[in-house]
This record gives sequence, structure tokens and C-alpha cells, in this order.
Amino acid sequence: MKARKYFPIFVLMLVLAGIQQLTQLTGTVYYLTQMTMTAYYALLIIGLCLVMGYAGQLSLGHAGFFAIGGYTSAVLTTYDLTPLLSKGNSIISFLAASGLLVSRDNLYGEALLSVNPWIACVAAIIVTVVIAFLIGIPVLKLKGHYLAMATLGFGIIIFRVVLATEIFGEADGISDVPGFPLLPGVIVSGDFSNRVQNYYIACILLVIGFVLLQNLIDSRVGRALRAIHGSEEAANAMGVDTSRYKLYTFVLSAVFAAIAGIFLTHYNGGIGPSEAGIMKSVRYVAIVAIGGMANLWGALVMAALLNFLSLRGMFGSYDDAVFGTILIIIMLFAPHGLLRLQFWHFFKKSSGNT
Amino acid sequence: MTSQLFIQYLFAGITYGSIYAIVAIGFNIIYNTTGIINFAQGEFVMLGGMIAISLHTILPLPLAIGLAVITTMIIGALIEIIFIRWLKNPSVLRMIIITIGLSILIREAALHIWGEGVRSLPYFNGNEISTIRIMGTNISPQVLWVIGVCAVIVALLSLFFKFTSLGQEMRACAANRLAATLCGISTKNMVTLSFMLSAGIGALAGCVVSPITYTQYDGGTPLAIKGFTVAVLGGLGNSMAAVIAGLLLGIIESFSVSVVPLAFQDAISIAILLTILFVRPHGLFGSKEAAGLKEF
Repeated sequence: MKARKYFPIFVLMLVLAGIQQLTQLTGTVYYLTQMTMTAYYALLIIGLCLVMGYAGQLSLGHAGFFAIGGYTSAVLTTYDLTPLLSKGNSIISFLAASGLLVSRDNLYGEALLSVNPWIACVAAIIVTVVIAFLIGIPVLKLKGHYLAMATLGFGIIIFRVVLATEIFGEADGISDVPGFPLLPGVIVSGDFSNRVQNYYIACILLVIGFVLLQNLIDSRVGRALRAIHGSEEAANAMGVDTSRYKLYTFVLSAVFAAIAGIFLTHYNGGIGPSEAGIMKSVRYVAIVAIGGMANLWGALVMAALLNFLSLRGMFGSYDDAVFGTILIIIMLFAPHGLLRLQFWHFFKKSSGNT
Repeated sequence: MTSQLFIQYLFAGITYGSIYAIVAIGFNIIYNTTGIINFAQGEFVMLGGMIAISLHTILPLPLAIGLAVITTMIIGALIEIIFIRWLKNPSVLRMIIITIGLSILIREAALHIWGEGVRSLPYFNGNEISTIRIMGTNISPQVLWVIGVCAVIVALLSLFFKFTSLGQEMRACAANRLAATLCGISTKNMVTLSFMLSAGIGALAGCVVSPITYTQYDGGTPLAIKGFTVAVLGGLGNSMAAVIAGLLLGIIESFSVSVVPLAFQDAISIAILLTILFVRPHGLFGSKEAAGLKEF
């Protein structure tokens, strides 16, 4: 049973490694840059898939969580604390004494004292969890149009705040974000020499996230979520604590989005306000919809495919239009996703897996 | 704050507020006949302005605006016929995603047709600096145009719904779709009509406000969100309450400029939306029992 469950994951890992080898052989290693970014976006999308597909809650604000993670981490790792330290701020000197601060040279060669990326990462996740709880408690009581508008509204507020606040770099965003040393010799950064290494970091993170979600869905929690999706009232009547399950999955997916944001920010060396935009959120929703809502594999495959094509610039100036068109066509003709169209059933019967 | 400044803010608030009210009424018309929130509502306002601006290069202003309104109504009808009419009992989630997709498509089409630039219609009377003195302050005549046209739209719509046979059929459709069908009303045509109506009033509002706020391809989404805020504030489906709520939001927004930075203005109206959704989802003027029966 276990072996069968993990067999697809094993194949996925082989495929991911195979892609890397293939780029090496064909001399197209530069594709790995976009693939690494794709993997981080895919991490966010499988998290959103849990909320949308399994718990049945539409979220049009997930780019907001991505931005909260990315921006918190970026600010903490680039904000110069030297003036505060010299002023004798007790918190800062405590942090400095306990070795939680790192100093490095900025673009102009001046010494810069900022928070250790690990601390920044943990702080970013904590901030995201707190905000996700605060937003989730009232928002998840809403349904349908109200839920859509409330999450959309949350996304826009984050976008506006990022765009209008000086510490977040306003329209320019934050650049010169340092690499994130995970282990000695393993560093998340956009250096060309680290390209292969970073591809594997992203893939491992994605696979871990995927296995985690898959196990969650196969557990008691997953069954409760599907009951909520079917009928919230019925699930409630059967003793499922619907509001708690909805909230926890929402927060979990927000954390996925934040982790994607943190790593991608370190990888790109910066983050801009467009990452928090509405179109990003809509795009994530579109990809989950194409994958078939309650289908982690579908979301993963579509996220990999569409994000990679988009990042390679295949859609040109029609980037947003392509996602809008896909969204409409899928919702009109295949509301259960491409992989659930009638003619696939023929293949599905033989596997007997539902 | 001097009284002169106060009146200036008040007029600015009423101007924006009447546009929000028109967008909210557009939401309500479609919501009442279909139970759908049309997320592409703001795009109608943008389209109306854009088409009128393009037509004005060859036609006189009134004719350009008239044609723009008619074109937008046809676009509204086409959207309903192509994307919505033939769906059988679509789920709310599906309709939300479809109308969001439509708004993206319209916006991207506008981007490719008209470009990123900011455009505007000329002032209907005079120019940017001509003013009328009201209550001791100087007001642009265009402000009066906006307020006047919006008031006329609201008045005509309420007459239409009350006294014409077509309007009554639409209201019947809103009250109970099945019963309306049994009485021989073609509910599908009523839905198309509701899309045409809300596209038309949106386009007209987009034309009159264009000289003040300018028209840009991505101007629809913020308007849609504010229109929705107003629709919820007044109670979804209640058009007259939407007028009051619209003016209220417009005035709150314009006075908020004196307290918070301009960049956060959008954030304020969204914060109001969230508060209303959390605290009083049936709106300021709606009844809780009636809202409980509706399907969101």
C-alpha cells in the first residue's frame, strides 16, 4: 500500500532529475532558472489547491500571502541596522550579541548589518500565520460572492500597502536581497554557479510540500475537507468542526505561499509589487481550476507547464489574456478540469483509482 | 477645515459617489435577475468611456456618447449570450471565475486596442478651468453633469421598473424565476436585457465622468470593487439603498484624503467593505431574514 502510494512521487523525482540531466546534455542549462522559479510558484499553487479544491473555499488573495512572506524576509535581510545599533537600541544589541545578525557589503561596498536569513525566514512565516489567522477567522465565515470579494479585497490592500510604503520600496520593490545559506555550502541565490544546486533545492522543497499535502488529504482531515466541499451543513451535522478545518487549511496554504515567496525572493535577489498584484492571484486560481480543483497532481502538472511557458515569455504581451482565456474556456466546458473530461474516463477505468 | 474646503470635498465625494452608485445599480440589476455578481461590471464603465473617446474624433460629442452607450449595450448582450445563457444551473464559484475571466479579457483587449495611455473626453461645457460658483466655492460644470446624469439614470430606471411592462417582467423574474416562467415571461431574455441595461448605464456613467477622472484600460477593476462595496453596503439587490450607500462611500472617501495619504484611499474603501462583510453582511438597509434566504 505504502509503496504504491509513493511510487508516483518516486517517478516525479526521477522526472525532475531527468530534466536537469537533459538540460545538461542539450546545453540548455539556462532553462533551469525558469524551472526553479516555476517550482516555487508550483509550491504556492498546490497549497491553494488544498483550499480551493479540497476545502472548496475560493481565495483571490494568495499573491498577498506570497508577498507578505517575500517582503518580510526581504526587508529584514536588507534593512541596515547599524544606525540603530550605534544608538544603543537594546533589542538590536541583544540580537547582535546572540549572533543573529550578519554583516555583509552592499552593492556600493558599504558594510551593512542585517538580520540573519534564517531568522528573517522564521519571522516571515510567523507574520504570515498571524495575518492568515486574523484574516481567515472572519473571511471564512463568508460564502460565494462575499468570500471572493473579501479575499480579493485583502489582496488589493496588501498590494496598495506594498505600493505606498517607503520601507517596502514603493513601486521599485526591494532589491539586493542576499542569498539564503540553508546549510554550509548550500545557498539559495541566483548565482549562475549555483543554478543546478538551486534547481534541486526548489524541487526538494516542492516534493516535500507535495508529500505533506498528499498525506494530509488521505487522512481524517482530508476526508473532513471533502465533506465540507460537498455540503458544509451536512458536514457540520455529522460532527465535523467545519470552521476550524477551513481555517487551518487556509493558514497552511498561506504558509506554503509565504515559503514560496521567501525562497523566490532570495533566489531572485529581490521582490517587486507586481508579485502582490491581483492578476497573480487570479493566475494561481486559473491554474488550480485547469488542474481540476480537487486534484493535486493536476495542479502540479499545470503549474509547472503554464508557469514555465509564461516565465519563458511564450505568451508575449498576451500573458494575462492567455490566462483569462484559459480560465473562461475551462470554466465553460470543463469545470472539473482538463484531466476530468469525459474522454479521459476510458483510461481511468483500468486503473480503478478514484 | 474651512467651510469652503468642506463644500469642495463634499462635491468631490458626491461626484465619485454617484458613479459608485451607478456601478452598484449595474451589479444589482444583474444580481436580481440571475443571482450572479458580474465581476466585469467596472469594465463596462471603462469601455463606454474608451469607445466614446474614439468615436469623438469623427463624431460630435452627443452622438459619440450615444453610439458608445449602444455599442457597450451590444457588447453586454453578446457576453451574456455567448458565455452565460446556455449554462445549466452553474455553481456560484463557476460564475465568479467566468466573470473574472471576462473582465480580464475585456481589459486586455482594451490594452491592445487603446494602449496604456490615459485618455479623456473633453469637458461638456467650457474647459478644465471654467467654474460655476455654488455656495461660495468654485465647482466645475462637469461635476454638475455627473451628478445630474446619474440622478436622471436613477430616476428613469425606477420609473422603468415600476411602470413599464418590461420593467415589471424583470422584477417578476427577480422575485421568483420559476413563477415568472410559468406566467409566460422569457426569463432568458430578461437576463440578456439585464446585462444590456447594466452595460448601458455603466457606459453612460463612464462617459460623463471621463473628463474628470480620465479613462484608462485598467480603470474598471477598482470601480467594480467600489461598486460592489456600495452594493453590499446598501444590501445586495436593493438599488435605491445603493444610491445612498454610494454617496456615503464617496463622501467618506473624499474626506479621508485629509486624514490619510492618497495612496491608501483604495485601501480605505476596501477596509469598509471587509468590515461590512464581517459585521453586517445584509447591508446597512437590508433585513437579516431576507438576506438569509438569498443565495450568495
